Amino acid sequence: MADGSCYHCGDRCGRGGTQFDGKDFCCNGCRTVYEIFTSHGLSNFYELEAKAGSVPLEVERKYDFLDNSDIVERLLEFDGEGIQIIGLSIPSIHCSSCIWVLENLNRLHPSIRSSQVDFPKKTLRVTYGSDGFSLKELVILLARIGYAPDISLKEFDKKEGRVDRSLIQRLGVAGFAFGNVMMLSFPEYLEAEEFWLDQYKWAFRWLIFALSLPVLLYSAQVFFVSAYKGLRSKVLNMDVPIALGILALFLRSTVDIVFDFGSGYFDSLTGLVFFLLLGKFFQQQTYAFLSFERDYKSYFPIAVTRLTREGKEEQVQVYQVEPGDRILIRNREIIPMDCMLISGDAQIDYSFVTGESDAVQKHSGDKLFAGGKQLGGVMEVVALKSVSQSHLTQLWGNSVFSKDKASSFQTLTDGIGKRFTLAVLTIALGSSLYWLFHSPATAVHVFTSVLIIACPCAIALAAPFTLGNMLRIFGRHGLYLKNATVLERMAKVDTAIFDKTGTLTGSGKDAISYEGMELTQQETDLLKTTLRGSNHPLSRSLYDLLEANEIQVLDDFQEHTGMGVEGRMDQHTIKAGSASYVGREGGAASSLTEVYVSANENLKGRFVFKNPYREGLGDLFDSLGKDMELGILSGDNDGERKQLEQLLPEGTRMLFNQRPEDKLEYIKELQDKRQVLMVGDGLNDAGALAQSDVGIAVSEDINVFSPACDGILDASKLSLLPKFVHLSRKSIQLIKISFVLSLCYNVIGLSFAVTGRLEPVIAAILMPLSSISIVLFATMATRLLGRGILGAKT
Amino acid sequence: MSVIYILLAISISVAVIFFAAFVISVRKGQYDDTYTPSVRMLFEDELVKEGREEDSETNKNNE
Repeated sequence: MADGSCYHCGDRCGRGGTQFDGKDFCCNGCRTVYEIFTSHGLSNFYELEAKAGSVPLEVERKYDFLDNSDIVERLLEFDGEGIQIIGLSIPSIHCSSCIWVLENLNRLHPSIRSSQVDFPKKTLRVTYGSDGFSLKELVILLARIGYAPDISLKEFDKKEGRVDRSLIQRLGVAGFAFGNVMMLSFPEYLEAEEFWLDQYKWAFRWLIFALSLPVLLYSAQVFFVSAYKGLRSKVLNMDVPIALGILALFLRSTVDIVFDFGSGYFDSLTGLVFFLLLGKFFQQQTYAFLSFERDYKSYFPIAVTRLTREGKEEQVQVYQVEPGDRILIRNREIIPMDCMLISGDAQIDYSFVTGESDAVQKHSGDKLFAGGKQLGGVMEVVALKSVSQSHLTQLWGNSVFSKDKASSFQTLTDGIGKRFTLAVLTIALGSSLYWLFHSPATAVHVFTSVLIIACPCAIALAAPFTLGNMLRIFGRHGLYLKNATVLERMAKVDTAIFDKTGTLTGSGKDAISYEGMELTQQETDLLKTTLRGSNHPLSRSLYDLLEANEIQVLDDFQEHTGMGVEGRMDQHTIKAGSASYVGREGGAASSLTEVYVSANENLKGRFVFKNPYREGLGDLFDSLGKDMELGILSGDNDGERKQLEQLLPEGTRMLFNQRPEDKLEYIKELQDKRQVLMVGDGLNDAGALAQSDVGIAVSEDINVFSPACDGILDASKLSLLPKFVHLSRKSIQLIKISFVLSLCYNVIGLSFAVTGRLEPVIAAILMPLSSISIVLFATMATRLLGRGILGAKT
Repeated sequence: MSVIYILLAISISVAVIFFAAFVISVRKGQYDDTYTPSVRMLFEDELVKEGREEDSETNKNNE
């Protein structure tokens, strides 16, 4: 047996490890992938990054639905002239070795022409010849080397969407114009009374005008549209003063150059638009490989196996299933519609729907609901409802999912924007009125100057850069938020509600405790040796737990499925299994998993498997409980109430046996008076997550599982939650400080404007200066804050 | 000094050419993924012939 770490994937090689070619592997799967790679000349995979492999999954019949040509047609990007192109989502891409091997896929099969990886999105695009090679074969090949594509109903339904590149283009136009206009404006800054300047300034001015036109008409469109929409719904958002400023700049500058009053402020105009678009671009950061919009479709299969009248199997699209159809559902497949069990070993895991993690045994005639996962073998069911009418999909039809939380929340920036606009207009009108009495000509001059210099750009940049940076810092530490407004909402929450199963409890190794008479070393050795021969998951957990000196050779070994194992050596016997197997009479039905042990027919004790709570929960609740109210909403029974009461502060409300609709309603009630943060994990929490002000989904593997939510939290980082909330509050404070800073700039600028002494060069200096300093301040301050509260992270 | 017209014209045209190149590259999707090319360019091109010979040798040794 091999010991050490697997050459392919890096996992520990315990039982089941093999050796090949002088290297250790943790399982046959990894070894097979190694063989495939080396025999096709792809051993460079291991040189780029050691142990970068993923464990291949057992393919079996998982991809049978790709035999259906309708389905394949809808999935393909291109099909013609003997060539097909497919875009596949492959969640297990994680390093440069993955990129390398996937782009060298052509070495694994001659029909594959080329392939390209998009690493941030974790997708692969393959071009291959369709003669003699099919999509199904390609997908199976990928699965066999550990890169199984994720093909779900969601990709199937996806409509063709054009990629939106407009922001980069607008930014490019503005940047191009900004640079050139600044350069062309230089002669007039220097104000030297030179003859030639007078002759040629027209050329410069009109060139500048021509360059600024596209900026106004194309790049700045974003702000005009947003301001118009805001005004139409009677909201003074931040884009109103910006649009006003841009318009004032343009009109004033055009008038200036037409009537030769001056050289105009086009440099400030292009600079303003450029910096503002930069802020928008920065804030647009998304985690492209994570989807915050996943609904049940991402987990449902595209097709199911239907039995025709003659008993033959055919693959049909899941939408084509009608009530009365007989469907086959295999191991680890999800039941896509409400149905009734006809035959087969049905053990259903409903954790998606109810949060209950224990599998339920069902019998012929029982009703099975959509969303359950089959853990037994093959079973035959008859559909009772179509997919869209099943209970789970009804849950998703709830109106809470179409509500857009961001639009109804007034961000800090918009709040300031309102007051800013009013203040600026007042000052503009006031000062021009003053000048009307003293020198009418300067009145107009002053009015437009005030509108120009009252730079909303610093204010408009403070939030995007602060929040954008904070989003990145959060992401590095394991919390991925959907967008910047989530951060602002997070700073306002005062109540935190947690789901129990899967959120507070982990699905990793169960905590095992022993109750009863102590086992002697000899008995422990014998027990461990006996357990070794069994593949039952409980046996394996126990095996890993026990400390044994020696593995011995048994004289006799028996395993009775569903009951227990028995081992004998040198007249000593040991038995491990269920209560009845071991001979214990009339044990009370327990909600916990237990393995009883008897040595030489004497009952010694039992191992109890408890659902462990994640680390650091006590501290988590302590820190959160200081300034927030807590609560627990669980779909499970209340067997764990006592344990939870120990962890939580006194008087925390705990509700059990909550169905998904109950959770939603409870949050709604709370929201009458409070701002709610909900932390959950499964599809069954989706309604509650969507209803709450901030909904965070906890996930063990962020690539695999993330229902519709505002943020995804890596399960191992749950204890950092109080720090994240604290940081979000500090970010808001930071933004407010930036506002004060920008106010200083505005005061300086306004003093020039109000007295009628605003030269283009002053505006051209002040605006970029204020923008850049705010950006620098925001970036450095957030970095310091992040480091201070969360610690440095590479 | 009227040569300045020509100078302006040339410099603006050159700038416009670069700008056009930028717009074309954005349209073609070169800015959709800015991370993977940075990794891709570090991969070494193996000489196909030698690679194949080496591998067939390794295979022979394994058997």
